[in-house]
Amino acid sequence: MAANFQPVTSAKGLVIRGGVVIDPASGVNGHRDVVIRDGKINAVTEPEGGAGADLTVIDASGCLVFPGLIDMHVHLREPGYEYKETIESGARAALAGGFSAVACMANTNPVNDSAAVTEFIRERAREVALARVYPIGAVSKQLKGEELAEIGEMHRAGIVAISDDGMPIMDGGLMRRALEYSSMFNLPVIVHEQDGTIAGDGVMNEGAVSMRLGLKGLPAAAEEAMVARDLAILERAGGRLHIAHLSTAGSVALVGDAKRRGLPVTAEVTPHHFSLTEAAVGAYNGNAKMNPPLRTARDVDAVRRGLADGTIDAIATDHAPHHRDEKEIEFDRALNGIIGLETAVPLALRMAEETNITLSALVMAMSTNPARILGVPGGSLALGVPADVTIVDPARRWTVCAAHFQSKSRNTPFEGMELQGQVVMTLVGGRVVWRRADV
Amino acid sequence: MPFEQRHLLGLEGVSREQLMFLLNTADSFREISERDIKKVPTLRGKTVVSLFYEASTRTRSSFEIAAKRMSADFVSLSASTSSVTKGETLLDTARNLNAMRPDAIILRHYASGAPHYLAARVDCPIINAGDGAHEHPTQALLDLLTIRARKAQIEGLTVAIVGDVLHSRVARSDVFALRTLGATVRFVGPPTLLPPELREWGEVHHNLHEGIRAADVIIMLRIQLERQGKNFFPSVDEYSRYFCLTQNALRYAKPDVIILHPGPMNRGVEIASDVADGPYSVIMDQVTNGVAVRMAVLYLLINRPRAQLETETVSEEAIAVESAAAAPRLRRKAG
Repeated sequence: MAANFQPVTSAKGLVIRGGVVIDPASGVNGHRDVVIRDGKINAVTEPEGGAGADLTVIDASGCLVFPGLIDMHVHLREPGYEYKETIESGARAALAGGFSAVACMANTNPVNDSAAVTEFIRERAREVALARVYPIGAVSKQLKGEELAEIGEMHRAGIVAISDDGMPIMDGGLMRRALEYSSMFNLPVIVHEQDGTIAGDGVMNEGAVSMRLGLKGLPAAAEEAMVARDLAILERAGGRLHIAHLSTAGSVALVGDAKRRGLPVTAEVTPHHFSLTEAAVGAYNGNAKMNPPLRTARDVDAVRRGLADGTIDAIATDHAPHHRDEKEIEFDRALNGIIGLETAVPLALRMAEETNITLSALVMAMSTNPARILGVPGGSLALGVPADVTIVDPARRWTVCAAHFQSKSRNTPFEGMELQGQVVMTLVGGRVVWRRADV
Repeated sequence: MPFEQRHLLGLEGVSREQLMFLLNTADSFREISERDIKKVPTLRGKTVVSLFYEASTRTRSSFEIAAKRMSADFVSLSASTSSVTKGETLLDTARNLNAMRPDAIILRHYASGAPHYLAARVDCPIINAGDGAHEHPTQALLDLLTIRARKAQIEGLTVAIVGDVLHSRVARSDVFALRTLGATVRFVGPPTLLPPELREWGEVHHNLHEGIRAADVIIMLRIQLERQGKNFFPSVDEYSRYFCLTQNALRYAKPDVIILHPGPMNRGVEIASDVADGPYSVIMDQVTNGVAVRMAVLYLLINRPRAQLETETVSEEAIAVESAAAAPRLRRKAG
């Protein structure tokens, strides 16, 4: 597997030939050559144009060429939970999944509520020199939801957003102050929308399936009540609100309405929420347990339409690695979350095929918008931007076998599923940092 | 037709034929408990282990008595006095027990799906003695047996299930089995304890008198007093005022109604004392029938079907055991 990570560099640069380039930010959708020099996009030209004749050629025939994908919601588990994942293994998983950059949540141990932990994460990411890693800082100290964390200090240390993800911010007053204070730094507040008092001890979506299985339900209302609350607060407080892992039709409707009224809200959805319903719990499969839970077909339909019409801005995996002993146990005790970096692209491609979502819209959701929301470079192949590029073979069929993943963890409900479409190469700053071995 | 399943995890999806077969087999074991010597050699030399993570009076002793009357060796483990208290996982506990080669493991656990989890991971037959709020198949079977003994057939009966359906594994197993056998089910209780999805399975009533109107059978569920603290109802008194089955309420049911309760009862809360002890109550019959049902379940799961016996050495003893098991039926016919 190490062979995949030997960087292909040429002192002068690279030219990617033969692929179909999809770069909505630059209005590009068709066969192009992409010329990279000094780690930056140098030219995107008609094929056979002769540009980059002096450079090493990467043959992308039959492939799609995207600006490097950015996953704005992952859990890298380091510091503190390295047995599930590390910054290094998570960054490898990101590259294998086609993500040249990820933003990692603060629910580590210690929590990232300080410049010190933010710096630790950045330094570690620099050391491993794989995918770009942007830390997200906590909203509240220790994620307790009581006092604001030192957002300014963390901003200076390099966070790209704040979030108490994992925990909902139950205190509306704190939510208000977080939105106000963060606006000083132009940092989005990323929220895990869940009213804990409505959610109770729910372990899966509340409905016909939870009823049959005798499992405590987590109603859609728990998410929607919080979304409604925070939109109302946003209207007064200002700032930027980004709603993580939207999962219900009601939430999509609320966000759509808020956007029409001009509120500064953005939203993301996970691949599992646009691919699976609560039926995936099956016979108590702990690998189908996450928060927010898988919902109904009607909700899946609604989030897909939300992506199609722009109500939902981004696709983000909420990659949540857990050890087998934490997932393959009694359903009630299984921890919430599934890995997602290495299955995101084929699931997104499949969804696009099943709906009227274009590849351009997919790239907007997986690269352009995340870059814009987080204020990080990338998201396009415009001249002069860092050459983060994702190359995908859309025809390749493969069977999900988590044992072969780069992630340390194996907790995926897609195990054994046949998917179509696979990332064959990922470039960061003009270096091929990942290439699939059997290509 | 033999009972083909390796485990008894629940009654959802169990066919009408299989349910009838289970009930008929249980019927044939009833008379053993009426004998002077309550013993048959049917499961002699077999080991049954029960692993209970929750308290139990009826189910645990019922299984133990059933196993012992069939001459099986019975080992009883309670989580509270086992290494579970030292943090040992369910899987490790079950694997260790499985390594001692029991012929069946009976599991009661607070997590829905726990027996299913084990059934996929140990090779011993698993009998679900109650998993969380999910199923309690032997309870439903004994409920059916009791109803059938009084009502000749289940099909076409109106059965009202009263109380905390939301948290009840007994209710779910009852509903699965009753609907398979063609009964009409109704649910009665406050909206907090009767989720809207129940409408898929039967009418939902919030008025006791309306809910039991012309019912043939009433199944009372226990109210857990702790639910009060979680706002499912404001007080036990108020719950009782609206949903306690009293003599007065019974007037709305059919004159030959029968009343079931899985136990333990909260006398005066969900059921009035004089109703529990009165002529319409079949609660003690349920308990008696429970032993017969569990004998049947143990017998059917532990004695392998004919095809598998061929791969094992069939000893003289085994043949004797088989004939002894058939004997009760023969003796009854002769007498």
